[in-house]
Amino acid sequence: MISFERVSKRYPEGHDALREVSVAIERDELVFLTGHSGAGKSTLLRLIMLMDRPTRGQVIVDGQNLAKIGSRGIPHHRRNIGVVFQNHQLLYDRSVFDNVALPLIIAGYDHRDVGRRVRAALDKVGLLNRELAMPVTLSGGEQQRVGIARAVVGKPKILLADEPTGNLDPALSAEIMNLFEEFNQVGVTVLIASHDLALISRLRHRILTLRDGQLVSGGAG
Amino acid sequence: MTKPRASARATPGVRRDGASQSRTTLRDRYNSWLGHHRLSAADSLHRVLDNPLSSLLTWIVIGIALALPMGLSVALDNVGRLSASWDSPAQISLFLQDGITGEAAAAMATSLAERDDVAQTEFVSREEALEEFRSLSGFADVLASLQTNPLPHLILVSPASSSDGEAAAGLRAKLQDLPEVAQAVLDMQWLQRLNSLMELSRRMVMAVGGLLVLGVVLILGNTIRLAIENRRDEIVIVKLVGGSNAFVRRPFLYTGLWYGVGGGVVAALLVALSLWFLQEPVSRFAQLYQSEFRLHGLGMMGGLNLVILGGLLGLTGAWLAVARHLAAIQPR
Repeated sequence: MISFERVSKRYPEGHDALREVSVAIERDELVFLTGHSGAGKSTLLRLIMLMDRPTRGQVIVDGQNLAKIGSRGIPHHRRNIGVVFQNHQLLYDRSVFDNVALPLIIAGYDHRDVGRRVRAALDKVGLLNRELAMPVTLSGGEQQRVGIARAVVGKPKILLADEPTGNLDPALSAEIMNLFEEFNQVGVTVLIASHDLALISRLRHRILTLRDGQLVSGGAG
Repeated sequence: MTKPRASARATPGVRRDGASQSRTTLRDRYNSWLGHHRLSAADSLHRVLDNPLSSLLTWIVIGIALALPMGLSVALDNVGRLSASWDSPAQISLFLQDGITGEAAAAMATSLAERDDVAQTEFVSREEALEEFRSLSGFADVLASLQTNPLPHLILVSPASSSDGEAAAGLRAKLQDLPEVAQAVLDMQWLQRLNSLMELSRRMVMAVGGLLVLGVVLILGNTIRLAIENRRDEIVIVKLVGGSNAFVRRPFLYTGLWYGVGGGVVAALLVALSLWFLQEPVSRFAQLYQSEFRLHGLGMMGGLNLVILGGLLGLTGAWLAVARHLAAIQPR
Protein backbone atom coordinates (compact mmCIF):
# COMPACT_ATOMS: atom_id res chain seq x y z
CA MET A 1 0.00 0.00 0.00
CA ILE A 2 2.83 2.32 0.94
CA SER A 3 6.33 1.65 -0.19
CA PHE A 4 9.54 3.61 0.18
CA GLU A 5 12.42 2.74 -2.11
CA ARG A 6 15.78 4.11 -0.96
CA VAL A 7 14.22 7.41 -0.03
CA SER A 8 16.39 10.26 1.20
CA LYS A 9 15.28 13.71 2.21
CA ARG A 10 17.70 16.54 2.73
CA TYR A 11 16.28 19.88 3.73
CA PRO A 12 17.67 23.00 2.08
CA GLU A 13 19.57 23.93 5.25
CA GLY A 14 21.56 20.69 4.81
CA HIS A 15 19.88 18.57 7.44
CA ASP A 16 19.39 14.92 6.37
CA ALA A 17 15.94 14.01 7.66
CA LEU A 18 15.80 10.59 5.95
CA ARG A 19 18.64 8.48 4.55
CA GLU A 20 18.07 5.61 2.16
CA VAL A 21 14.85 4.46 3.77
CA SER A 22 13.28 1.39 2.17
CA VAL A 23 10.12 -0.06 3.60
CA ALA A 24 6.87 -1.63 2.39
CA ILE A 25 3.61 -1.47 4.27
CA GLU A 26 0.92 -3.87 3.11
CA ARG A 27 -2.78 -3.32 2.78
CA ASP A 28 -4.58 -4.05 6.11
CA GLU A 29 -1.41 -3.51 8.11
CA LEU A 30 -1.16 -1.35 11.21
CA VAL A 31 2.40 -0.15 11.62
CA PHE A 32 3.94 2.03 14.30
CA LEU A 33 6.71 4.41 13.48
CA THR A 34 8.97 5.35 16.34
CA GLY A 35 12.24 7.05 17.09
CA HIS A 36 13.49 10.01 19.09
CA SER A 37 12.30 13.41 18.07
CA GLY A 38 14.00 14.61 14.91
CA ALA A 39 14.63 11.03 13.77
CA GLY A 40 12.52 11.58 10.68
CA LYS A 41 9.07 10.28 11.68
CA SER A 42 7.24 13.42 10.66
CA THR A 43 9.27 13.74 7.47
CA LEU A 44 8.26 10.24 6.46
CA LEU A 45 4.58 11.09 6.99
CA ARG A 46 5.00 14.41 5.16
CA LEU A 47 6.38 12.59 2.12
CA ILE A 48 3.33 10.31 2.02
CA MET A 49 1.07 13.39 2.28
CA LEU A 50 3.06 15.19 -0.43
CA MET A 51 3.74 18.03 1.98
CA ASP A 52 7.34 17.45 0.91
CA ARG A 53 9.09 15.72 -1.94
CA PRO A 54 11.98 13.28 -1.44
CA THR A 55 15.45 14.37 -2.49
CA ARG A 56 16.19 10.87 -3.82
CA GLY A 57 14.27 7.62 -4.12
CA GLN A 58 10.65 6.78 -4.77
CA VAL A 59 7.52 6.79 -2.68
CA ILE A 60 4.65 4.68 -3.97
CA VAL A 61 1.22 4.95 -2.41
CA ASP A 62 -1.66 2.70 -3.47
CA GLY A 63 0.22 1.80 -6.65
CA GLN A 64 0.87 5.40 -7.58
CA ASN A 65 4.39 6.80 -7.80
CA LEU A 66 4.12 10.12 -5.97
CA ALA A 67 6.81 11.69 -8.16
CA LYS A 68 4.27 11.53 -10.99
CA ILE A 69 1.69 13.61 -9.11
CA GLY A 70 1.96 17.28 -10.00
CA SER A 71 1.00 20.10 -7.69
CA ARG A 72 -2.51 20.10 -9.15
CA GLY A 73 -2.94 16.45 -8.24
CA ILE A 74 -1.96 16.92 -4.60
CA PRO A 75 -5.48 17.76 -3.28
CA HIS A 76 -6.91 14.62 -4.90
CA HIS A 77 -4.08 12.52 -3.48
CA ARG A 78 -4.69 13.88 0.03
CA ARG A 79 -8.39 13.06 -0.14
CA ASN A 80 -7.47 9.37 -0.21
CA ILE A 81 -5.48 9.67 3.01
CA GLY A 82 -6.90 10.37 6.45
CA VAL A 83 -4.55 12.22 8.76
CA VAL A 84 -4.64 12.72 12.51
CA PHE A 85 -2.40 15.41 13.96
CA GLN A 86 -0.92 15.78 17.41
CA ASN A 87 -2.30 19.32 17.72
CA HIS A 88 -5.65 18.24 16.25
CA GLN A 89 -5.66 20.97 13.54
CA LEU A 90 -9.36 21.67 14.04
CA LEU A 91 -11.26 24.73 12.86
CA TYR A 92 -12.04 26.40 16.17
CA ASP A 93 -14.74 28.67 14.79
CA ARG A 94 -16.78 25.75 13.46
CA SER A 95 -18.84 23.12 15.22
CA VAL A 96 -17.70 19.53 15.65
CA PHE A 97 -20.09 18.52 12.88
CA ASP A 98 -18.65 21.08 10.44
CA ASN A 99 -15.11 20.02 11.28
CA VAL A 100 -15.82 16.38 10.54
CA ALA A 101 -17.82 17.28 7.42
CA LEU A 102 -14.95 19.30 5.90
CA PRO A 103 -13.31 16.45 3.91
CA LEU A 104 -16.71 15.39 2.54
CA ILE A 105 -17.60 18.91 1.47
CA ILE A 106 -14.20 19.22 -0.19
CA ALA A 107 -14.65 15.88 -1.94
CA GLY A 108 -18.08 17.00 -3.13
CA TYR A 109 -20.52 14.69 -1.36
CA ASP A 110 -24.24 15.30 -1.44
CA HIS A 111 -25.33 17.08 1.72
CA ARG A 112 -27.67 14.26 2.85
CA ASP A 113 -24.78 11.88 2.43
CA VAL A 114 -22.60 14.26 4.43
CA GLY A 115 -24.97 14.24 7.43
CA ARG A 116 -25.22 10.47 7.43
CA ARG A 117 -21.50 9.88 7.13
CA VAL A 118 -20.51 12.53 9.67
CA ARG A 119 -22.88 11.03 12.26
CA ALA A 120 -21.57 7.55 11.53
CA ALA A 121 -17.99 8.77 12.05
CA LEU A 122 -18.88 10.65 15.23
CA ASP A 123 -20.74 7.60 16.50
CA LYS A 124 -17.64 5.52 15.84
CA VAL A 125 -15.49 7.78 18.05
CA GLY A 126 -18.23 8.13 20.68
CA LEU A 127 -19.05 11.83 20.12
CA LEU A 128 -22.44 11.57 18.46
CA ASN A 129 -24.07 13.71 21.14
CA ARG A 130 -21.49 16.50 20.73
CA GLU A 131 -21.95 17.28 17.05
CA LEU A 132 -23.12 20.84 17.71
CA ALA A 133 -20.43 21.61 20.29
CA MET A 134 -17.55 23.93 19.49
CA PRO A 135 -14.12 22.24 19.65
CA VAL A 136 -12.83 24.53 22.43
CA THR A 137 -15.49 23.20 24.80
CA LEU A 138 -14.14 19.67 24.38
CA SER A 139 -11.35 18.00 26.34
CA GLY A 140 -8.06 17.16 24.65
CA GLY A 141 -9.06 13.53 24.22
CA GLU A 142 -12.40 14.52 22.71
CA GLN A 143 -10.73 16.98 20.35
CA GLN A 144 -8.39 14.23 19.22
CA ARG A 145 -11.37 11.99 18.56
CA VAL A 146 -12.96 14.75 16.46
CA GLY A 147 -9.70 14.79 14.50
CA ILE A 148 -9.93 11.02 14.06
CA ALA A 149 -13.55 11.22 12.96
CA ARG A 150 -12.53 13.81 10.37
CA ALA A 151 -9.69 11.58 9.20
CA VAL A 152 -11.91 8.53 8.66
CA VAL A 153 -15.17 10.15 7.53
CA GLY A 154 -14.23 9.93 3.84
CA LYS A 155 -13.38 6.21 4.24
CA PRO A 156 -9.76 6.61 3.16
CA LYS A 157 -7.67 3.57 2.34
CA ILE A 158 -4.81 4.95 4.39
CA LEU A 159 -4.86 6.52 7.84
CA LEU A 160 -1.80 8.41 9.06
CA ALA A 161 -1.37 9.67 12.61
CA ASP A 162 1.42 11.91 13.88
CA GLU A 163 1.80 11.49 17.65
CA PRO A 164 -1.96 11.11 18.11
CA THR A 165 -1.61 10.45 21.84
CA GLY A 166 1.06 13.06 22.47
CA ASN A 167 -0.88 15.12 24.99
CA LEU A 168 -3.13 12.41 26.43
CA ASP A 169 -2.96 10.39 29.62
CA PRO A 170 -2.27 6.61 29.34
CA ALA A 171 -5.91 5.52 29.62
CA LEU A 172 -7.05 7.92 26.88
CA SER A 173 -4.05 6.99 24.76
CA ALA A 174 -4.97 3.33 24.92
CA GLU A 175 -8.55 4.19 23.93
CA ILE A 176 -7.33 6.15 20.92
CA MET A 177 -5.03 3.29 19.87
CA ASN A 178 -7.97 0.89 20.13
CA LEU A 179 -9.91 3.11 17.75
CA PHE A 180 -7.08 2.89 15.23
CA GLU A 181 -7.03 -0.89 15.59
CA GLU A 182 -10.75 -1.00 14.87
CA PHE A 183 -10.29 0.97 11.67
CA ASN A 184 -7.42 -1.31 10.71
CA GLN A 185 -9.67 -4.32 11.20
CA VAL A 186 -12.06 -3.07 8.53
CA GLY A 187 -9.27 -2.87 6.01
CA VAL A 188 -7.67 0.54 6.45
CA THR A 189 -3.89 0.71 6.26
CA VAL A 190 -2.77 2.55 9.39
CA LEU A 191 0.59 4.18 10.05
CA ILE A 192 1.06 5.80 13.45
CA ALA A 193 4.10 7.83 14.44
CA SER A 194 4.55 7.70 18.19
CA HIS A 195 7.36 7.80 20.69
CA ASP A 196 5.24 6.17 23.41
CA LEU A 197 7.16 2.87 23.29
CA ALA A 198 5.49 1.46 26.39
CA LEU A 199 2.10 1.78 24.79
CA ILE A 200 2.93 0.61 21.29
CA SER A 201 5.00 -2.39 22.30
CA ARG A 202 1.95 -3.73 24.19
CA LEU A 203 -0.11 -3.62 21.03
CA ARG A 204 1.79 -6.28 19.04
CA HIS A 205 2.03 -4.62 15.64
CA ARG A 206 5.04 -4.07 13.45
CA ILE A 207 7.20 -1.23 14.71
CA LEU A 208 9.48 0.76 12.42
CA THR A 209 12.30 2.47 14.27
CA LEU A 210 14.07 5.46 12.81
CA ARG A 211 17.37 6.79 14.12
CA ASP A 212 18.95 9.86 12.58
CA GLY A 213 16.90 9.36 9.44
CA GLN A 214 17.83 5.72 8.98
CA LEU A 215 15.51 2.79 9.43
CA VAL A 216 17.14 0.61 12.08
CA SER A 217 14.43 -1.99 12.63
CA GLY A 218 11.09 -3.19 11.32
CA GLY A 219 11.86 -2.53 7.67
CA ALA A 220 12.04 -6.18 6.65
CA GLY A 221 8.44 -7.08 7.57
CA MET B 1 2.57 -10.33 10.26
CA THR B 2 -1.05 -9.66 9.38
CA LYS B 3 -3.64 -11.46 11.37
CA PRO B 4 -5.67 -13.81 9.18
CA ARG B 5 -8.87 -12.67 10.86
CA ALA B 6 -8.22 -9.09 9.93
CA SER B 7 -7.40 -9.81 6.32
CA ALA B 8 -10.45 -12.04 5.89
CA ARG B 9 -12.64 -9.17 7.03
CA ALA B 10 -10.66 -6.62 5.16
CA THR B 11 -11.36 -7.73 1.62
CA PRO B 12 -15.08 -6.92 1.58
CA GLY B 13 -14.29 -3.74 3.47
CA VAL B 14 -11.96 -2.55 0.75
CA ARG B 15 -14.45 -3.36 -1.92
CA ARG B 16 -17.05 -1.37 -0.03
CA ASP B 17 -14.70 1.61 0.07
CA GLY B 18 -14.17 1.39 -3.66
CA ALA B 19 -17.88 1.37 -4.34
CA SER B 20 -18.60 4.28 -2.05
CA GLN B 21 -15.93 6.40 -3.72
CA SER B 22 -17.27 5.82 -7.20
CA ARG B 23 -20.73 6.81 -6.01
CA THR B 24 -19.95 10.51 -6.43
CA THR B 25 -21.13 10.88 -10.01
CA LEU B 26 -20.56 13.90 -12.23
CA ARG B 27 -23.99 15.27 -11.37
CA ASP B 28 -23.27 14.89 -7.66
CA ARG B 29 -20.04 16.74 -8.18
CA TYR B 30 -21.80 19.53 -10.04
CA ASN B 31 -24.42 19.78 -7.30
CA SER B 32 -21.79 19.86 -4.61
CA TRP B 33 -19.77 22.41 -6.56
CA LEU B 34 -22.90 24.55 -6.74
CA GLY B 35 -23.57 23.82 -3.09
CA HIS B 36 -20.12 24.97 -2.11
CA HIS B 37 -20.57 28.15 -4.12
CA ARG B 38 -23.80 28.81 -2.24
CA LEU B 39 -22.11 27.95 1.03
CA SER B 40 -19.08 30.17 0.32
CA ALA B 41 -21.29 33.05 -0.78
CA ALA B 42 -23.44 32.84 2.35
CA ASP B 43 -20.49 32.27 4.65
CA SER B 44 -18.54 35.21 3.17
CA LEU B 45 -21.59 37.45 3.46
CA HIS B 46 -21.97 36.44 7.10
CA ARG B 47 -18.34 37.27 7.76
CA VAL B 48 -18.71 40.65 6.08
CA LEU B 49 -21.87 41.43 8.06
CA ASP B 50 -20.39 40.14 11.32
CA ASN B 51 -18.00 43.11 11.30
CA PRO B 52 -20.48 45.82 10.37
CA LEU B 53 -18.26 48.76 11.23
CA SER B 54 -15.15 47.77 9.32
CA SER B 55 -17.25 46.48 6.42
CA LEU B 56 -19.18 49.73 6.32
CA LEU B 57 -15.90 51.67 6.23
CA THR B 58 -14.68 49.56 3.32
CA TRP B 59 -17.97 50.07 1.51
CA ILE B 60 -17.85 53.82 2.04
CA VAL B 61 -14.25 54.09 0.84
CA ILE B 62 -15.10 52.13 -2.30
CA GLY B 63 -18.37 54.02 -2.67
CA ILE B 64 -16.65 57.40 -2.59
CA ALA B 65 -13.97 56.29 -5.01
CA LEU B 66 -16.61 55.08 -7.47
CA ALA B 67 -19.05 57.96 -6.87
CA LEU B 68 -16.51 60.66 -7.76
CA PRO B 69 -15.92 59.74 -11.41
CA MET B 70 -19.50 58.54 -11.79
CA GLY B 71 -20.88 61.81 -10.39
CA LEU B 72 -18.65 63.86 -12.68
CA SER B 73 -19.68 61.84 -15.68
CA VAL B 74 -23.35 62.32 -14.78
CA ALA B 75 -22.68 66.07 -14.55
CA LEU B 76 -21.01 66.06 -17.97
CA ASP B 77 -23.87 64.05 -19.35
CA ASN B 78 -26.26 66.74 -18.14
CA VAL B 79 -24.22 69.53 -19.73
CA GLY B 80 -24.17 67.55 -22.99
CA ARG B 81 -27.95 67.13 -22.79
CA LEU B 82 -28.34 70.84 -22.18
CA SER B 83 -26.23 71.92 -25.16
CA ALA B 84 -27.98 69.39 -27.41
CA SER B 85 -31.35 70.83 -26.42
CA TRP B 86 -30.44 74.18 -27.97
CA ASP B 87 -31.89 74.07 -31.47
CA SER B 88 -29.69 74.54 -34.54
CA PRO B 89 -26.27 74.53 -32.97
CA ALA B 90 -24.89 76.32 -36.04
CA GLN B 91 -26.82 79.43 -36.99
CA ILE B 92 -25.84 82.14 -39.43
CA SER B 93 -26.99 85.68 -38.64
CA LEU B 94 -27.36 87.88 -41.75
CA PHE B 95 -27.31 91.58 -40.93
CA LEU B 96 -28.77 93.34 -43.99
CA GLN B 97 -27.72 96.62 -45.62
CA ASP B 98 -29.35 99.79 -44.30
CA GLY B 99 -31.34 100.69 -47.41
CA ILE B 100 -33.38 97.53 -47.67
CA THR B 101 -37.05 97.74 -46.78
CA GLY B 102 -38.83 95.35 -44.43
CA GLU B 103 -40.86 93.83 -47.28
CA ALA B 104 -37.77 93.15 -49.39
CA ALA B 105 -36.00 91.62 -46.41
CA ALA B 106 -38.96 89.34 -45.58
CA ALA B 107 -39.14 88.22 -49.22
CA MET B 108 -35.41 87.52 -49.15
CA ALA B 109 -35.84 85.37 -46.02
CA THR B 110 -38.54 83.34 -47.79
CA SER B 111 -36.45 82.83 -50.91
CA LEU B 112 -33.35 81.89 -48.88
CA ALA B 113 -35.38 79.22 -47.09
CA GLU B 114 -35.95 77.52 -50.46
CA ARG B 115 -32.23 76.94 -51.00
CA ASP B 116 -31.04 73.33 -50.72
CA ASP B 117 -28.30 74.12 -48.23
CA VAL B 118 -30.66 76.00 -45.92
CA ALA B 119 -32.98 74.24 -43.51
CA GLN B 120 -35.02 77.25 -42.46
CA THR B 121 -34.84 80.99 -42.00
CA GLU B 122 -36.31 83.38 -39.51
CA PHE B 123 -36.84 87.06 -40.30
CA VAL B 124 -36.39 89.54 -37.48
CA SER B 125 -37.31 93.09 -38.61
CA ARG B 126 -35.39 96.04 -37.20
CA GLU B 127 -38.53 97.11 -35.30
CA GLU B 128 -38.92 93.70 -33.69
CA ALA B 129 -35.27 93.64 -32.87
CA LEU B 130 -35.49 97.05 -31.22
CA GLU B 131 -38.55 95.94 -29.24
CA GLU B 132 -36.84 92.76 -28.03
CA PHE B 133 -33.70 94.67 -27.18
CA ARG B 134 -35.72 97.23 -25.27
CA SER B 135 -37.54 94.61 -23.15
CA LEU B 136 -34.59 92.36 -22.44
CA SER B 137 -31.53 94.55 -22.21
CA GLY B 138 -32.62 97.17 -19.69
CA PHE B 139 -31.42 99.93 -22.01
CA ALA B 140 -35.00 101.09 -22.62
CA ASP B 141 -34.27 104.69 -21.53
CA VAL B 142 -31.20 104.97 -23.69
CA LEU B 143 -33.03 103.53 -26.70
CA ALA B 144 -35.96 105.94 -26.21
CA SER B 145 -33.59 108.87 -26.46
CA LEU B 146 -32.40 107.74 -29.89
CA GLN B 147 -33.85 109.57 -32.93
CA THR B 148 -33.61 106.60 -35.30
CA ASN B 149 -33.51 102.84 -34.97
CA PRO B 150 -29.82 101.88 -35.20
CA LEU B 151 -30.56 98.18 -35.72
CA PRO B 152 -30.51 96.49 -39.14
CA HIS B 153 -32.95 93.85 -40.38
CA LEU B 154 -31.81 90.39 -39.42
CA ILE B 155 -32.30 87.00 -41.07
CA LEU B 156 -31.39 83.94 -39.00
CA VAL B 157 -30.36 81.11 -41.32
CA SER B 158 -30.15 77.48 -40.14
CA PRO B 159 -27.90 75.45 -42.46
CA ALA B 160 -29.30 72.17 -43.77
CA SER B 161 -26.48 70.19 -42.14
CA SER B 162 -26.31 71.86 -38.80
CA SER B 163 -23.62 69.55 -37.42
CA ASP B 164 -21.24 69.95 -40.34
CA GLY B 165 -19.08 72.92 -39.38
CA GLU B 166 -17.33 73.20 -42.78
CA ALA B 167 -20.58 73.25 -44.77
CA ALA B 168 -21.91 75.93 -42.45
CA ALA B 169 -18.75 78.01 -42.96
CA GLY B 170 -19.06 77.61 -46.77
CA LEU B 171 -22.68 78.72 -46.66
CA ARG B 172 -21.71 81.73 -44.56
CA ALA B 173 -19.13 82.75 -47.20
CA LYS B 174 -21.73 82.45 -50.00
CA LEU B 175 -24.30 84.46 -48.08
CA GLN B 176 -21.71 87.14 -47.30
CA ASP B 177 -21.30 87.66 -51.03
CA LEU B 178 -24.98 88.56 -51.51
CA PRO B 179 -25.32 92.31 -52.23
CA GLU B 180 -28.10 92.79 -49.62
CA VAL B 181 -25.97 91.36 -46.83
CA ALA B 182 -23.83 93.71 -44.78
CA GLN B 183 -22.43 91.03 -42.54
CA ALA B 184 -22.88 87.27 -42.14
CA VAL B 185 -21.87 85.85 -38.76
CA LEU B 186 -21.60 82.16 -38.01
CA ASP B 187 -22.55 81.59 -34.35
CA MET B 188 -20.60 78.44 -34.01
CA GLN B 189 -17.34 79.24 -32.35
CA TRP B 190 -18.70 79.26 -28.83
CA LEU B 191 -20.33 75.87 -29.49
CA GLN B 192 -17.06 74.47 -30.79
CA ARG B 193 -15.35 75.81 -27.72
CA LEU B 194 -17.98 74.22 -25.48
CA ASN B 195 -17.64 70.92 -27.30
CA SER B 196 -13.89 70.82 -27.02
CA LEU B 197 -14.12 71.83 -23.38
CA MET B 198 -16.56 68.98 -22.85
CA GLU B 199 -14.24 66.56 -24.62
CA LEU B 200 -11.38 67.70 -22.40
CA SER B 201 -13.48 67.27 -19.27
CA ARG B 202 -14.67 63.88 -20.39
CA ARG B 203 -11.11 62.73 -20.82
CA MET B 204 -10.11 64.12 -17.45
CA VAL B 205 -13.01 62.31 -15.83
CA MET B 206 -11.89 59.13 -17.57
CA ALA B 207 -8.32 59.55 -16.33
CA VAL B 208 -9.42 60.32 -12.78
CA GLY B 209 -11.94 57.48 -12.99
CA GLY B 210 -9.26 55.07 -14.16
CA LEU B 211 -7.00 56.01 -11.27
CA LEU B 212 -9.80 55.68 -8.74
CA VAL B 213 -10.86 52.32 -10.16
CA LEU B 214 -7.28 51.15 -9.81
CA GLY B 215 -7.39 52.44 -6.23
CA VAL B 216 -10.56 50.46 -5.55
CA VAL B 217 -8.96 47.28 -6.85
CA LEU B 218 -5.90 47.85 -4.65
CA ILE B 219 -8.00 48.64 -1.57
CA LEU B 220 -10.03 45.50 -2.07
CA GLY B 221 -6.93 43.47 -2.76
CA ASN B 222 -5.46 44.64 0.51
CA THR B 223 -8.69 43.93 2.42
CA ILE B 224 -8.76 40.41 1.03
CA ARG B 225 -5.07 39.96 1.83
CA LEU B 226 -5.84 40.74 5.47
CA ALA B 227 -8.77 38.30 5.40
CA ILE B 228 -6.43 35.63 4.04
CA GLU B 229 -3.89 36.34 6.79
CA ASN B 230 -6.63 36.08 9.43
CA ARG B 231 -7.66 32.68 8.19
CA ARG B 232 -4.23 31.25 7.53
CA ASP B 233 -4.68 28.33 9.95
CA GLU B 234 -7.96 27.42 8.36
CA ILE B 235 -6.43 27.50 4.87
CA VAL B 236 -3.65 25.17 6.02
CA ILE B 237 -6.15 22.70 7.45
CA VAL B 238 -8.34 22.77 4.36
CA LYS B 239 -5.29 22.12 2.18
CA LEU B 240 -4.20 19.28 4.48
CA VAL B 241 -7.48 17.44 4.08
CA GLY B 242 -7.39 17.78 0.31
CA GLY B 243 -8.97 21.14 -0.48
CA SER B 244 -7.99 22.30 -3.95
CA ASN B 245 -6.83 25.85 -4.61
CA ALA B 246 -10.20 26.60 -6.19
CA PHE B 247 -11.95 25.43 -3.03
CA VAL B 248 -9.77 27.59 -0.82
CA ARG B 249 -10.08 30.55 -3.18
CA ARG B 250 -13.86 30.57 -3.41
CA PRO B 251 -14.86 32.18 -0.10
CA PHE B 252 -12.31 34.97 -0.59
CA LEU B 253 -13.56 35.74 -4.08
CA TYR B 254 -17.06 36.01 -2.64
CA THR B 255 -15.79 38.29 0.12
CA GLY B 256 -14.33 40.57 -2.57
CA LEU B 257 -17.59 40.42 -4.49
CA TRP B 258 -19.60 41.46 -1.43
CA TYR B 259 -17.29 44.35 -0.63
CA GLY B 260 -17.44 45.50 -4.25
CA VAL B 261 -21.20 45.19 -4.56
CA GLY B 262 -21.69 47.03 -1.26
CA GLY B 263 -19.32 49.76 -2.49
CA GLY B 264 -21.30 50.02 -5.74
CA VAL B 265 -24.55 50.44 -3.80
CA VAL B 266 -22.98 53.15 -1.64
CA ALA B 267 -21.67 54.91 -4.78
CA ALA B 268 -25.12 54.83 -6.43
CA LEU B 269 -26.67 56.24 -3.26
CA LEU B 270 -24.04 58.98 -3.05
CA VAL B 271 -24.61 60.05 -6.65
CA ALA B 272 -28.39 60.01 -6.19
CA LEU B 273 -28.06 61.97 -2.96
CA SER B 274 -25.86 64.69 -4.45
CA LEU B 275 -28.16 65.03 -7.48
CA TRP B 276 -31.13 65.41 -5.14
CA PHE B 277 -29.12 68.03 -3.27
CA LEU B 278 -28.41 69.93 -6.51
CA GLN B 279 -31.82 69.52 -8.10
CA GLU B 280 -33.53 72.53 -6.57
CA PRO B 281 -30.86 75.18 -7.20
CA VAL B 282 -30.41 73.85 -10.74
CA SER B 283 -34.09 74.12 -11.61
CA ARG B 284 -34.27 77.58 -10.04
CA PHE B 285 -31.27 78.57 -12.17
CA ALA B 286 -32.88 77.05 -15.26
CA GLN B 287 -36.06 79.01 -14.63
CA LEU B 288 -34.07 82.23 -14.86
CA TYR B 289 -33.26 81.20 -18.43
CA GLN B 290 -36.86 80.17 -19.23
CA SER B 291 -35.66 76.57 -19.43
CA GLU B 292 -37.46 73.44 -18.33
CA PHE B 293 -34.11 71.81 -17.78
CA ARG B 294 -33.95 69.19 -15.03
CA LEU B 295 -31.00 67.14 -13.84
CA HIS B 296 -30.88 63.59 -15.10
CA GLY B 297 -29.64 61.03 -12.58
CA LEU B 298 -28.08 57.62 -13.03
CA GLY B 299 -31.40 55.95 -13.57
CA MET B 300 -32.21 52.39 -12.72
CA MET B 301 -29.78 50.92 -15.25
CA GLY B 302 -26.98 53.31 -14.33
CA GLY B 303 -27.31 52.37 -10.67
CA LEU B 304 -27.36 48.69 -11.54
CA ASN B 305 -24.30 49.10 -13.74
CA LEU B 306 -22.51 50.84 -10.90
CA VAL B 307 -23.28 47.93 -8.57
CA ILE B 308 -22.13 45.43 -11.21
CA LEU B 309 -18.97 47.45 -11.79
CA GLY B 310 -18.32 47.43 -8.04
CA GLY B 311 -18.82 43.69 -7.94
CA LEU B 312 -16.42 43.13 -10.85
CA LEU B 313 -13.78 45.34 -9.25
CA GLY B 314 -14.24 43.43 -5.99
CA LEU B 315 -13.72 40.14 -7.77
CA THR B 316 -10.65 41.51 -9.57
CA GLY B 317 -9.09 42.79 -6.35
CA ALA B 318 -9.84 39.53 -4.55
CA TRP B 319 -8.43 37.54 -7.44
CA LEU B 320 -5.18 39.52 -7.40
CA ALA B 321 -4.80 39.06 -3.63
CA VAL B 322 -5.70 35.39 -3.76
CA ALA B 323 -3.36 34.65 -6.67
CA ARG B 324 -0.51 36.37 -4.85
CA HIS B 325 -1.00 35.15 -1.30
CA LEU B 326 -2.89 31.87 -1.31
CA ALA B 327 -0.29 29.80 -3.11
CA ALA B 328 2.26 30.90 -0.51
CA ILE B 329 0.27 29.31 2.29
CA GLN B 330 1.23 25.65 2.38
CA PRO B 331 0.98 23.17 5.24
CA ARG B 332 4.27 23.16 7.16
